[in-house]
Amino acid sequence: MSDLRDLYQEVIFDHNRHPRNFGPLATANRHADGFNPLCGDRLTLHLRVEDGVIREARFEGAGCAISTASASLMTEALIGKSEAEAAVLFEGFHHMVMGEITSVDLGKLAVLAGVSEFPARVKCATLAWHTLNAALKNASQPVSTE
Amino acid sequence: MFEVEALRRQFPILQRQVHGRPLVYLDSAATTQKPLAVIEAERHYYETLNANIHRGVHALSQEATDAFEGARDKVRAFIGAARREEIIFTRGATEAINLVAHSWGRQSLAPGDEILISEMEHHANIVPWQLLCEATGAILKVIPIDARGALVPGAVDAMIGPRTRLVGITQVSNALGTVNPVADIVRQAHRVGAVVLVDGAQAVAHQPVDVVALDCDFYVFSGHKLYGPTGIGVLYGKQALLERMPPYQGGGDMIAQVTFEKTTYNSLPYKFEAGTPHIAGAIGLGAAIDFLQHIGLDAVARHEDRLLAHATQQAEAFEGLTCVGTAPGKVGVLSFVMKGVHPHDIGTILDREGVAIRTGHHCAMPVMDRYQVPATARASFAMYNTIGEVDALFRALRRVEELFLK
Repeated sequence: MSDLRDLYQEVIFDHNRHPRNFGPLATANRHADGFNPLCGDRLTLHLRVEDGVIREARFEGAGCAISTASASLMTEALIGKSEAEAAVLFEGFHHMVMGEITSVDLGKLAVLAGVSEFPARVKCATLAWHTLNAALKNASQPVSTE
Repeated sequence: MFEVEALRRQFPILQRQVHGRPLVYLDSAATTQKPLAVIEAERHYYETLNANIHRGVHALSQEATDAFEGARDKVRAFIGAARREEIIFTRGATEAINLVAHSWGRQSLAPGDEILISEMEHHANIVPWQLLCEATGAILKVIPIDARGALVPGAVDAMIGPRTRLVGITQVSNALGTVNPVADIVRQAHRVGAVVLVDGAQAVAHQPVDVVALDCDFYVFSGHKLYGPTGIGVLYGKQALLERMPPYQGGGDMIAQVTFEKTTYNSLPYKFEAGTPHIAGAIGLGAAIDFLQHIGLDAVARHEDRLLAHATQQAEAFEGLTCVGTAPGKVGVLSFVMKGVHPHDIGTILDREGVAIRTGHHCAMPVMDRYQVPATARASFAMYNTIGEVDALFRALRRVEELFLK
């Protein structure tokens, strides 16, 4: 069970049960849909970006604990960041869940490091981030983890 | 006498451990494990017979042809078909359905004609018909299912009409375990002159099948869900229908004579078997059928029913767990959701306990929509599972509860 505890940390349970920044965002000017066809997880991300800075971030959708917690933690981390800073976080996060070393300070996002030991679950953790990428580009097509 | 422990020794993979625990394999609806007899049959083919079939005059080619055609005879007898010409080897049930959709469908359908399928179909029995509808202007209609996962009573009657050309129906639902009244549906369809394709992928390993008694026009299944190899499957079709259908793919083996002006096609079943087939796979499938018949499908069905009854009883007593698919007489699978835990998380935690189940949409997204769930967890049973393994599943589900809901 010890490695399961590495994956399912208390913070993840907390964000799964009580996702932060969950729901629609009337003032949003960027949106994107993310979809993981393997497990059926769906996620919609809403951003309000002004002068290159993410002022608000909210998400909707249904997913597993890892994808819900990851989306919740991501929105918290994004608010107040510039688009360039968000891109750096994405890269660092991606390195972390792939089990690679990163020099990026990920703060609270580091609780998802255990995902790297569960290759089948990496896509759950990265769904929100791929959706973010699409939202920042304002892609009209839903982004897929496949 | 059905002795599961002795049977398990025939499946080498069941000896292995996963994450330091004995493997509890409850994902046979995705693919079954393979007995030694099947593994040995493929090995024997490659070690002693390997040659291309239907062409060489040398000894190996003849022996390989005999083994391959022998497998066709085993399949014919296994599903009760009248003639070997009616047994076409394909890559699997999916290819078999695509073959019918492409060959029969494009020849037979006009704009406004109707194809009837059910809400519980696997994507393999949905998408080929959608493609066919796009190509021909035919219309796809869907028989709804009720809350238990059975076809809505009377719906088949109400939906089969003068424009119905084909009914595609699964014999057993992979996501719900529902057994459909296929023989009745065939009778209703024939009354209006429609043909019926039965998807037997989830049925053949669990109950004896007789295509003549069913009177279906097409029957498809995959070898790998029948304790046989992947990459081999079967299309059964009534000879008169197959004779009228154009080839599906062109190439070697399916021709009688080729010139640049005019090519004539080989006779059945070869007309539909272009290129070198999966010879070893067909021979392995033949070995799987021998193996299954030696054990006895009736005994297998009784054993699996006991497992399912035991699992269902435990599921019903498990607070927070809801079964998806509770049709009377269902077979083989226990699909469920757990309050507060996504199926994907259940799957990961069970895996660490050595318990392999399927989580997701089971290639039946419309079924998930019907029950308004994103996914389910599904335990499925085969001849080699034990009551002890069912108990291990529920012990592992208690761990999920401890971890998630404490």
